[in-house]
Amino acid sequence: MSEMTVRKQRPKHLALNQIRQPLPAIVSILHRISGAGLFLMLPFLLFLLDRSLGSPDSFVTFAAIVGHPLVKLLLIGLLWAYLHHFCAGIRFLLLDLHKGGELQAARNSSRIVLVVSIALTVVIGVKLW
Amino acid sequence: MVNRQPVGAHYGLKDWIAQRATAVYMALFTVLFAVCVLTLPEFSYASWSGLFKSGVFRFLSFLFFLSLFYHAWIGVRDIWMDYVKPTGVRLALHLVTLFLLVGYAGWAAQILWRL
Repeated sequence: MSEMTVRKQRPKHLALNQIRQPLPAIVSILHRISGAGLFLMLPFLLFLLDRSLGSPDSFVTFAAIVGHPLVKLLLIGLLWAYLHHFCAGIRFLLLDLHKGGELQAARNSSRIVLVVSIALTVVIGVKLW
Repeated sequence: MVNRQPVGAHYGLKDWIAQRATAVYMALFTVLFAVCVLTLPEFSYASWSGLFKSGVFRFLSFLFFLSLFYHAWIGVRDIWMDYVKPTGVRLALHLVTLFLLVGYAGWAAQILWRL
């Protein structure tokens, strides 16, 4: 009986939506999501840089595009993505150097990453809006 | 014969280092860029494009873009490798990513040196 229980092949099923993710896991997946989002929006960002530096006329076009509320919202989202990727990246670099790898330190630093990136987004976002 | 996938992860260390080296450069440039933009007297075409008139700033900006595209290549490639299993589809996605990023590098050079 017990042998059968051991031999039984059970499917490995991680219900990621049901497991409560620890903070470092959330920071990690947000690092990936923010990176992917920034990559996808690269053509738009390069286009904006192109318009902003092209000529005084194209700068006016740039200002008009960036002035649209929906574009502003998108850019603030991308600003958060950049800042989160930035802060989480510094955390990962420190982890590579074996700094802050203990459980409590890792939890604290992931909380700091989340808070600082959102706070910076709010500060810079308010200034730009 | 070793069964190696053409799009498998058998070239680790160089990319691992490159991902981190480019990250450090981009972080430093980001701080420099933020300081330069925040100390502009006003955000107008003259002052904004004036920032990029300096050869050093153009050089550093272009280095930022190259770092960004190399960094993005490694990161996006890792995403494909984690989630896309069929070799053919993965190879296609790798190539599309690579072509896009090389094209972006040309675009960035054109934006910076056209002025």
